[in-house]
Amino acid sequence: MNLSATQESPAVRVGLTALTVVLLVTLLLLPLAVVFTEALKHGLAIAADALVAPDAIAAIELTLIVAAISVPLNTVCGLAAAWCIVRFRFSGRGLLITLIELPFSVSPVISGLVWILLFGANGWFGPAFDRAGIRVIFAIPGLVLATTFVTFPFVVRTLIPLMEQQGASEEEAALTLGATGWQTFWRVTLPNIRWGLLYGVLLCNARAMGEFGAVAVVSGHVRGQTMTMPLQVEALFNDYDWVGAFTIAGLLSMLALLTLVVKAALEWRIGSRGGPLL
Amino acid sequence: MMQPARHSALPGFNLTFGITLLWLSLIVLLPLAALILRPWELGLAGVWHSITEPRVLASLRLSFGVAALAAVVNVPFGLLVAWVMVRYRFPCRNLADSLIDMPLALPTAVAGIALTALFAPKGWIGALLTPLGIKVAYTPLGILVALIFVGLPFVVRTLEPVIMDLPLDSEEAAATLGATRSQIVRRVVLPALIPALLAGFGAALARGVGEYGSVIFIAGNMPMISEIAPLLIVIRLEQLDYAGAAALGLVMLLVSFAILLLLNLLERRIHQRT
Repeated sequence: MNLSATQESPAVRVGLTALTVVLLVTLLLLPLAVVFTEALKHGLAIAADALVAPDAIAAIELTLIVAAISVPLNTVCGLAAAWCIVRFRFSGRGLLITLIELPFSVSPVISGLVWILLFGANGWFGPAFDRAGIRVIFAIPGLVLATTFVTFPFVVRTLIPLMEQQGASEEEAALTLGATGWQTFWRVTLPNIRWGLLYGVLLCNARAMGEFGAVAVVSGHVRGQTMTMPLQVEALFNDYDWVGAFTIAGLLSMLALLTLVVKAALEWRIGSRGGPLL
Repeated sequence: MMQPARHSALPGFNLTFGITLLWLSLIVLLPLAALILRPWELGLAGVWHSITEPRVLASLRLSFGVAALAAVVNVPFGLLVAWVMVRYRFPCRNLADSLIDMPLALPTAVAGIALTALFAPKGWIGALLTPLGIKVAYTPLGILVALIFVGLPFVVRTLEPVIMDLPLDSEEAAATLGATRSQIVRRVVLPALIPALLAGFGAALARGVGEYGSVIFIAGNMPMISEIAPLLIVIRLEQLDYAGAAALGLVMLLVSFAILLLLNLLERRIHQRT
């Protein structure tokens, strides 16, 4: 058999590999490099000043608050959804999966728009909430709702293949031995899926903290009040405050890098690349 | 109606199904109902008028056109990267593999300003292109660059598992029969990858059509020239034209779904034939 026909010649292999490396470096690494270069252009001290500016601190805090509400909500509900989708067969199950994945195929801007249609000044519920003194749009609740919509599928999508692959035999054994449903969940199910769950939470959190389009629509851009970090990046960039914009962008880039590192570690732990794309 | 049939020994169906349905209804279904229903406040003629304005049509053409072009570019790029990642071993391969997800992990606004800085006339890449008379930042070409950036992982990640599962023996069989490597690639490998290439193309296209954050900084946002459809939705919302914004959003969503459905059918047709 002509072995050379089952793989490319060494020259072709080296060429294609080099081409790939060049492509990945130009397309993926250069943007990252430019962020840190621009942030540190006038020195570390100025970048540090930009990071502790009152508006920057407020943006960091707001980002953490929004993620701290929407990520746990989506985690608990994602766990519930995965349990009923994987462990039971019922009519409408396929439809349920499709609907859960829907937010992934919606433009971020539409993910924000829908909340304005509901809670904006001309929204279905906007005037009623306004009379009750509750502000949703241009306030934290709107940011949380938009972020929750965008990050809705992550935990479920990660857990479904994992739990399907693991099967229900251990849970059935626990129940047969007399464990209650909750005991089974805490002692058997949760330990079995913990790395996969963490993987889903990681992706969910990365998107929640980095989301731009959806929150841009519902934020109202009140400086120091309704600006998350990505929105603050936009505002500073449009003000020609490049050092300020790229410093916060640098912080977000470090979050992205950290996410990729932990993701790689978890994939190694789980033994496969289990989850959805971010 | 919703009767559990299998694994009925396990508890918790009612609780988990209830939470799921409640959560789905509040967070996804209710908002989407508003998107579907609100445009019609304008009346049928009003909706038609609102989505056939020249500025709207130009933005839709731009969004779908550039997203399609970026997805076309990403097919060979993605094929190259996926092939090298799966079939070859080289130093720092794991690092490179993790990097592929960078466009997904990096917040879109960060990608947007970074690409703008790179391709601005005085930027690292822009400065090289300006003498050649190529303007990227603040033109539709800038949108293309941004969409290639965000779309690449979709093609790579769709292709990788399929390339991994390609049966090596069919390549070996072809080699035994005297085929050259380039014949094998063209006649055996590529045809087997076509459904995955289509799926990757579709995923990159769908992402590109709706993309906002990475595009608006580099696009220049000139009405009729470099104004994407999502931006026009934002503009309409700022003018308090909720129904008009919803109409445009609904059109984008429906056209995207139609394209994905078509690609899906095509994929299935090809799958059946092979």
